[in-house]
Amino acid sequence: MFSGELGQGTQRAMELLVAIGDAYDAEKMIPISRAHAASSGQEGDLYFVELLANGGAKCRVPTSTNPVYDIEFFHRLFEVPSDEAEVARRVMEAYKRVGAILSWSCLPYLTENIPLFGETVAFSESSATPYVNSVIGATTNREAAQSALAAGVVGKTPRYGLHIKENRKGTVLIEVEASLRDSFDYTLLGQFVGEQIGYGIPVFAGITRRPSTEELINFCAMSNTSGAVSMFYIPGFTVEARTVEEAFQGDAPKEKLTVTSAELKSTWEELQTASGKIDFVMLGCPHYTLKQVAEAAELLEGKKIHGGVSFWICTSATTKTLAKRMGYVDTVEKAGGHVVVDTCIDEPCWTVYKDRVGMTDSPKCAYYRRFKDVVVAGLEDCVKAAVKGKYE
Amino acid sequence: MKNAGTKLKCHKIVGGCGEGEALVSHEPICFYLTDPKTGIVREKTHELAGKNLANKVLVFPSGKASSVVQIDGLFKLASHNLAPKAMIVKDVETVLIVSAVLAKVPLVDRLEKDQFETIHTGDLVKVDAEKGIVTVRKGLS
Repeated sequence: MFSGELGQGTQRAMELLVAIGDAYDAEKMIPISRAHAASSGQEGDLYFVELLANGGAKCRVPTSTNPVYDIEFFHRLFEVPSDEAEVARRVMEAYKRVGAILSWSCLPYLTENIPLFGETVAFSESSATPYVNSVIGATTNREAAQSALAAGVVGKTPRYGLHIKENRKGTVLIEVEASLRDSFDYTLLGQFVGEQIGYGIPVFAGITRRPSTEELINFCAMSNTSGAVSMFYIPGFTVEARTVEEAFQGDAPKEKLTVTSAELKSTWEELQTASGKIDFVMLGCPHYTLKQVAEAAELLEGKKIHGGVSFWICTSATTKTLAKRMGYVDTVEKAGGHVVVDTCIDEPCWTVYKDRVGMTDSPKCAYYRRFKDVVVAGLEDCVKAAVKGKYE
Repeated sequence: MKNAGTKLKCHKIVGGCGEGEALVSHEPICFYLTDPKTGIVREKTHELAGKNLANKVLVFPSGKASSVVQIDGLFKLASHNLAPKAMIVKDVETVLIVSAVLAKVPLVDRLEKDQFETIHTGDLVKVDAEKGIVTVRKGLS
């Protein structure tokens, strides 16, 4: 395969995997059953996917894709720079040519491309990598979009990192004394833990209530953005270790960290960077699940969003179809909001808000710094501010 | 006597050969936070803030930030011919490897002596990733 008998596109993919394997002294390539490429409408991504597509490469295993954006949809609403729009159009077209699943979703593991326990996969995207390792119990490294796509095309990945059991050992014990009430508390927990430990595999003690899917997604997305957390354990709720001891593979934890309500409170305070008038509210980073769209619709029922505020919920095409069927989309639209598919806050389609102040329930959304300022607070606060036109 | 420089063994990650003035950072680097049209580091709190990494041999501990932005950042520098000539790192991770492959920047790690003790900003450094050799000549300053 490396000599190119399967075509130039596949050869380019193999070269990338060999470089990664060499760097980690991997002894062999192992088969994968699926991949998720964190595609984006950006030049670096365009270069590699076109390199493979133009070389005739086709995905050998199911390979899903991350949000880009629907150019026609945005052009109807506001100006998108034409060179940026062209990059996005070409990226989406090239992923189609390589035979990827055109999910344009950052939560493919919930609907379009679901690994099973024990599967070997290559999943990029900040929430996807830790979710797949920890909640599902498949194995993946912290892939880049391109290494995941290359693995999807070749059907293999070098055996290193989290594909090896010893490397899945916990590195730090997190004792939770804070009460974790809702998905925003898990957002703050992820933000705090990522900042504190950087690279590492946290093992939690003290979480007594079963976290919801959304709470786990938020923890994954934030801890793998403020830090590089590719895996974690909540013994009793995540699948791979039943006890704290098992998560540390029999060793004593070398590091410990305690999280009380005070840490979560100060984490939130740091994210409340502005108050007063807001111009937009952006929800769905990561993409909102059906349950979250329903919650937003319930809060907006019978209300009217302030004339000076644009209100957006980002989700997948699959989720929006159901949300529409169930009436949630109508409720959001009646209040003056939008439910938008196939895109994400880190895409160039939002340049219209560059000099504006926004609000979101996601620190990850604020982290990209594409806007003048983005205040972070829970969904209920975001909806209240959208109706009032200001956050106080 | 002509200064032949100190030769040090290293481990190739991304092949090729690059030569230039060393720029040393003790902090991880995110290429997205440099100006793609000049190569100047824009991250205000960074040790290299205001310094230009274009065409330097960059010596740093590791990369940082999400895969999408890191790769796009180095790729944009490379498409303006402003990428580093070569990179010497302590801790590699997948995203940095992919960034270097796409931008075609030679990348090595595991220098046989501590990279921060043997290389200083302003030294002339040649990285031959193919042979696994880094040559360091002391800078004039």
